Amino acid sequence: MKLTVWTYEGPPHVGAMRVATGMRGLHYVLHAPQGDTYADLLFTMIERRNHRPPVTYTTFQARDLGADTAHLFKDACRDAYDRFQPEAIIVGASCTAELIQDDPGGLAETMGLDIPVIPLELPSYQRKENFGADETFFQIVRHLAKPCEKTPRITCNLLGPTALGFRHRDDIEELTGLLSDMGVDVNVVAPMTASPSEIARLGAAHFNVMMYPETCEAACRWLKREFGQPYTTTVPIGVGATRDFITEVADLAGIEPKIDENRLRLPWYSASVDSTYLTGKRVFLFGDGTHVKAAARIARDEMGFEVVGLGCYNREFARDIRALAKEYGVEPLITDDYLEVEQTIEALQPEMILGTQMERHIGKRLGIPCAVISAPVHVQDFPARYSPQMGFEGANVIFDTWVHPLVMGLEEHLLHMFREDFEFHDEAGPSHHGGHTPEPLQPAADEEVSMADETAPPAPDNVIWLADAEKELKKIPFFVRGKARRNTETFALERGVQEISIDTLYEAKAHYAR
Amino acid sequence: MNKPANIANGGCREAPILKERGQREVFCGLTGIIWLHRKMQDAFFLVVGSRTCAHLLQSAAGVMIFAEPRFGTAIMEEKDLAGLADAHEELDREVAKLLARRPDIKQLFLVGSCPSEVIKIDLSRAAERLTQVHAPHVRVLNYSGSGIETTFTQGEDACLESMVPILPTTEAKELLLVGALPDVVEDQAIGLLEALGIGPVRVLPAGRADAMPAVGPETKVALLQPFLGETASALTRRGAEIIEAPFPFGEEGTTLWLRAIADEWGVTPEHFDAVTAAPRARARKAVAQAAEHLNGKSIFFFPDSQLEIPLARFLTRECGMEAIEVGAPYIHKGLVGADMDMLQTDCVSEGQDVDKQLDRCRAARPDLTVCGLGLANPLEAEGLTTKWAIELVFTPVHFYEQAGDLAGLFSRPIRRKELLKVAS
Repeated sequence: MKLTVWTYEGPPHVGAMRVATGMRGLHYVLHAPQGDTYADLLFTMIERRNHRPPVTYTTFQARDLGADTAHLFKDACRDAYDRFQPEAIIVGASCTAELIQDDPGGLAETMGLDIPVIPLELPSYQRKENFGADETFFQIVRHLAKPCEKTPRITCNLLGPTALGFRHRDDIEELTGLLSDMGVDVNVVAPMTASPSEIARLGAAHFNVMMYPETCEAACRWLKREFGQPYTTTVPIGVGATRDFITEVADLAGIEPKIDENRLRLPWYSASVDSTYLTGKRVFLFGDGTHVKAAARIARDEMGFEVVGLGCYNREFARDIRALAKEYGVEPLITDDYLEVEQTIEALQPEMILGTQMERHIGKRLGIPCAVISAPVHVQDFPARYSPQMGFEGANVIFDTWVHPLVMGLEEHLLHMFREDFEFHDEAGPSHHGGHTPEPLQPAADEEVSMADETAPPAPDNVIWLADAEKELKKIPFFVRGKARRNTETFALERGVQEISIDTLYEAKAHYAR
Repeated sequence: MNKPANIANGGCREAPILKERGQREVFCGLTGIIWLHRKMQDAFFLVVGSRTCAHLLQSAAGVMIFAEPRFGTAIMEEKDLAGLADAHEELDREVAKLLARRPDIKQLFLVGSCPSEVIKIDLSRAAERLTQVHAPHVRVLNYSGSGIETTFTQGEDACLESMVPILPTTEAKELLLVGALPDVVEDQAIGLLEALGIGPVRVLPAGRADAMPAVGPETKVALLQPFLGETASALTRRGAEIIEAPFPFGEEGTTLWLRAIADEWGVTPEHFDAVTAAPRARARKAVAQAAEHLNGKSIFFFPDSQLEIPLARFLTRECGMEAIEVGAPYIHKGLVGADMDMLQTDCVSEGQDVDKQLDRCRAARPDLTVCGLGLANPLEAEGLTTKWAIELVFTPVHFYEQAGDLAGLFSRPIRRKELLKVAS
């Protein structure tokens, strides 16, 4: 048993739902108690889907448990077949149904339906949402994909996008365009948008594009083994990764890696002098393994940030993330415990977090700006406008998204200069976030208390801040104050200094100067 | 409007009920934790369940709570199920860790879930044991919010029921209000009752563990919500008497509810009118504004929060709507009988077969459909106008001063549809 406050991933059957909901003509019959239907709202509300997910739940109740829940399952399966007339059905159990051991796969098989019935074994007490999606897509491919002749033109399949994915909708469009510019057509996009009959045609493509390893790696491997289809391993998020991806595709397709980069703006935006202030910004990265890997490269090589920590919540990618952390010279954080992530961020005091919606909340609490780079998703992660993460437009979107939470370059200088100005005080926050500007703090009799930096962790037990140093610290603009506090305390601790004076503060500043 | 409702004219208490069995598109009782943990400020709700339970709570809460919330899930793992770990020892360890980290917690609810019920983890035994371990600082109670036993708001019923046996005993004649309402609404109710000379007024659940009410043979109970049947029974067993009345939604409902309590305390009609006249007039005025958009419109309720019957009564009688179908997860005539007496509708349905009900809804093309979040956008995409039901339990809607807001929740989607000039 493990106490969990917030979770990064749902149970594995939610992963199966993401696959089924992304597809067309497929139905999922899920043996589950009433209440598990909550999962529908993830799709209809967060993603604003205009259809119910294609899922029939048996919604058994306590009174059914003494009787015949297997019969209930078969009725639900028959009703779903009659009503929705799917091309194929996937069947499985949620966590509770797994305990009553009705074997939905076996039951469905005995019903003699004239369509493919694909049983899913998703161990709810061991695995999670991404595994569920990966395994479900793999089983669908394994059951439905047939050997077929390759298309005359060079084509590929785009694999991995699902319902409720982080920007999957727009990544499909961006990659389709990019590949088209290279002279490569898309055979099938799956699971999102594909029907079972299209899955049958996967083998006609010359190679596969593995868009999101989290949700399609098992299928990519199987297709390579069975149909000899190679697959791409670079996820084209960021400028460098997109260029590598283009080279990889050109190799697989036997064509020239030539492409018009006219639309790409990130490199110039990053090189232009206004971006100088981004230099060495200390960032912490957390999310799914794939997006963190991509974001680390962008952060360091394309934005000029300093990566001070990184991690992922999906253990399937622990090895990759450990290797990545080693390359970046930081400690990897592999956990799905939200409190542990919060503690790590609090200790590292980064200037920005690149994380999930969870880290956005952590950032809000600690007063650290945050940009979202990965699922788990929120209604905000499905913007009306076109905003991919992949390809050249994806890189442009990422530049804007990551810069937005920060105080703008010139404004940062002005804040340093006029930090005691009564109107232009630094507590006001970035000027382009008007709605969030708090009232100026009222000087009060208990100023020392009310001005205390609530977001800062308490000083280590054996170090105290002298009053004038504490006051000096407050003159430092808010967006670097946390770092200054932490650096000074580390500096003092390392030197066995018990009391932090103004001199200690500036000695530490000089020590950490870059 | 000043006289009691005309109940001879076509209530639906005795009308046949369409009972259905099939897929139910409803939340489980765990969902109640979302509002219960805000109400009871020193309580923690520990669900003993699966990743699905944790995911449900998070999805229903919309990840809107910044701080560490006062609820969590002890997620069972493979080793707990295989008998490799003793579930009770594991639970004791997690509870000890939690209470050490959160010394502000005075009440701990162990909440049963579908998996914990199926593998029969005895949470009442665990609660007794943990109460002894952590007494006197923390009191540990247990109830089930599992989907196999409870539907959505029944979770609050199960929670409050679990508190009844430990309430102190009193011989005093007191009014006990039962149901977790936002403080602002609760204060309004108490203000009105005190102005009528009714009291002392106690509330279950109280905001803090040390303020819990007492119960005894002279206790009169007024329910605030139509889903507290088990709590009402438990209070009856402690000698309390339940005051039957329509629920306090809208001007009429609030007046009848107050009148039923006032009768128990012998409040004169003159005094009653003097106290209620001004808020009643305000409520009528506020409802009338929203009702402009609702008058003559048809409404269809999918089963969700159990509020359907009292709300349909309010919308048909005070806002001029026509109820095509009023669906409720279950119908307890001992609770909603008084509302049913005043409700005219073409169809009352209990339970659900969601696909068949969707067929009926599409055929009827109601002007407004009240349904859960899983159905709302799909129905909107089919051209229907919807009101998602969970807002009705998250928003202050009881009593006179909220009557206009309540009507507004239903008129807003209709007004919005009229405003938008671009087809979707």
